[in-house]
Amino acid sequence: MNLIQAERVTKRFAGHTALEEVSISVPEQSIFGLLGPNGAGKTTLIRIINMITAPDEGTILFNGRQIRPEDISMIGYLPEERGLYKKMKVGEQALYLAQLKGMSRQETIRQLKEWFEKFELISWWNRKVEELSKGMQQKVQFIITVIHKPKLLIFDEPFSGFDPINVNLLKKEILALRDNGSTIIFSTHNMSSVEELCDSIALINRSRKILEGNVMEIRKNQRTETYEAEISRPGSELALPHGFQLLESKPSGAHILVKIKVPVNHKPNELLSHLIEKSEVHSFREILPTMNDVFIATVNAAEK
Amino acid sequence: MRKIRLIIQREYLTRVKKKSFVIMTFLGPILMASVWIVPLLLATRSDGIKTIEVLDETGLFFEQFNETADVKYVYISDDLQTAKENLAGSEHFGILYIPKPSYSTPNAFFLYTYKNPGLNLKMQLQEAANKILENKKLEDVYGIDAQTLAAVKSNISLVVEDIRTSKKSYTEVSWALGFIGGMLIYFFIFMYGAQVMRGVIEEKTSRIIEVIVSSVRPIQLMLGKIIGLALVGLTQFLLWILLTLGIITAFTAIYADQVTSYKMGEQPITSSGQLFSTDQMGMPDTKDGLSALSSDENISQILDVFFSINYGIIIFAFLFYFIGGYLLYAAMFAAIGSAVDNEADTQQFMLPVTIPLIFSLIIGVSFVLNNPNGNVAYWLSIIPLTSPIIMMIRIPFGVNIYTELLPSMILLILGFLATTWIAAKIYRTGILMYGKKASYRELWKWMTYKV
Repeated sequence: MNLIQAERVTKRFAGHTALEEVSISVPEQSIFGLLGPNGAGKTTLIRIINMITAPDEGTILFNGRQIRPEDISMIGYLPEERGLYKKMKVGEQALYLAQLKGMSRQETIRQLKEWFEKFELISWWNRKVEELSKGMQQKVQFIITVIHKPKLLIFDEPFSGFDPINVNLLKKEILALRDNGSTIIFSTHNMSSVEELCDSIALINRSRKILEGNVMEIRKNQRTETYEAEISRPGSELALPHGFQLLESKPSGAHILVKIKVPVNHKPNELLSHLIEKSEVHSFREILPTMNDVFIATVNAAEK
Repeated sequence: MRKIRLIIQREYLTRVKKKSFVIMTFLGPILMASVWIVPLLLATRSDGIKTIEVLDETGLFFEQFNETADVKYVYISDDLQTAKENLAGSEHFGILYIPKPSYSTPNAFFLYTYKNPGLNLKMQLQEAANKILENKKLEDVYGIDAQTLAAVKSNISLVVEDIRTSKKSYTEVSWALGFIGGMLIYFFIFMYGAQVMRGVIEEKTSRIIEVIVSSVRPIQLMLGKIIGLALVGLTQFLLWILLTLGIITAFTAIYADQVTSYKMGEQPITSSGQLFSTDQMGMPDTKDGLSALSSDENISQILDVFFSINYGIIIFAFLFYFIGGYLLYAAMFAAIGSAVDNEADTQQFMLPVTIPLIFSLIIGVSFVLNNPNGNVAYWLSIIPLTSPIIMMIRIPFGVNIYTELLPSMILLILGFLATTWIAAKIYRTGILMYGKKASYRELWKWMTYKV
């Protein structure tokens, strides 16, 4: 079941097209990565899902039916460019923004206190926002985004401005939110976090979607038949059979690490048995392309 | 509606709690009350009585000058040189030297002094000297003595009465009310319109707008801000009026004796032109007649003036045009705020919005006040952009409710809906545009985007 489905969404601004017939499907209770170079149209798509702007063509389905204005209270959006009223007190402001999402005052205060405790912000409740560090402001914004327990969460570059410790805290919370039933759209340039968090992705380039699917499947589809083996130093040169390509070889303690590309029509087992003959094999695994590789390769291919 | 209410509440509370609001709320009435109080204080306890030495070579002016509350005269017969030398040691203000007319000085009197006398004293001396000379001429040349003169002196005051309502109308009062009403609306629109604009720019530059538009529609945010600020403005004006009246009442109660004795005094300082002194605001046309009337008639006339004004209509219309005019312009100010990234960039869009406002005030004060029922006044009070100020100026002079007031009000409502509709279209696109320098062409495109 898809919680959000965009169907052939097109949006034109005077002079240029921001989105051209983009369709995506976001399965319920999953983390969906929305990837793409700067200016590809990600933010426009997110704004259309949020009903901040309307598409020129195409529709957005929410829970299988056309999205309606009242669905907005079931969406939490953390924009990339985000800010708070600088002169307003932190607690008061969080309360205001949560109430705008339709929460009652009492309920909000109770939940805010919990979140503020968890993020170690409680002592800042009555301080003005401008007194907070950037990281703390980001935490407040995160809390405001998730406080009303929305079914759909949209995070646009959520980790920018956080130190590694808080990035981990945030990742933990994001995974917990998914496990508690939320569906998450996650837009970022940080590909390692995509591998860590995302179940599936869509890649948008120059206003078109050029790739969509499950992260593991995409990586497998784009596999380059490259294997990494940790072997003890062979006595002689590691002469590989014809067609096998040694990409890299570097010492690792008493052993060496080698990366070898297996040619088409050959099996990794052939490589393994060859290696076993020549030396002691300590580990052997396939190297799947990272999302970073996939991103660069796919975008470059699309550009050609 | 709940969301708009929340927005209004936030806009209102954050502004009312601001230090600057509290300071302005108390400073305003003090300033306004002091406009009324200071001239009175100055008049009742003037900075010392000025004594003028009169050195008269003609003999015509001996003991002729009437002493007033702050000017006394002594008549001397020294020669000018000695008088000047003596003046240095005395506390007298100066020497009024009246030479025998000669070819070099056919009409001139001289005032020798160490301090500049100021316009007030200069005019007073001039008038007094002229009056004395005229009376002398009448008496000596035409044989009319002062008593005859006083006996023939007439004192007509023109009473204007409306045929339909048989109410007396006091043009001067209408003038003052129209002027004050128009001015207040002008300042209110400008002050609070600019605040709406600044609020929008603040939301845009701090990027909170991105967070908010995912929970409320842009038009809700815009309307919430405009209405919230209108309430702030009304609160401030209400407090100002109450506090000003409070201060004036308290002051009058404390200094009641001095004020009344001053009011009944022979020569109030109206010639110096204090615009807001009670004489000119309340009963300008009764000034000369004041002494002629007995005190009963005096009070009845004041009451008559007071009740000659249709306060119901004025207060209702004032509130209507105060709010309507503000709403009309505030939407445009919000659109401007949304189109720019910082306040410095607002200049290019401000002109078309401020021109109708400034135009109405200038035309209103220079033209409509003097010709409140002319064609120009009529049309400007119908057109929504100018009607808030112009109609407010006209109302105290009396307007027809059905053919003038009602169409003007309906048009203002339509005008406000139209500017809000257009502004909202610019606003919803503008608030999410960054780094792009907007032009008029750009704004036009924004209005056509589908949202």
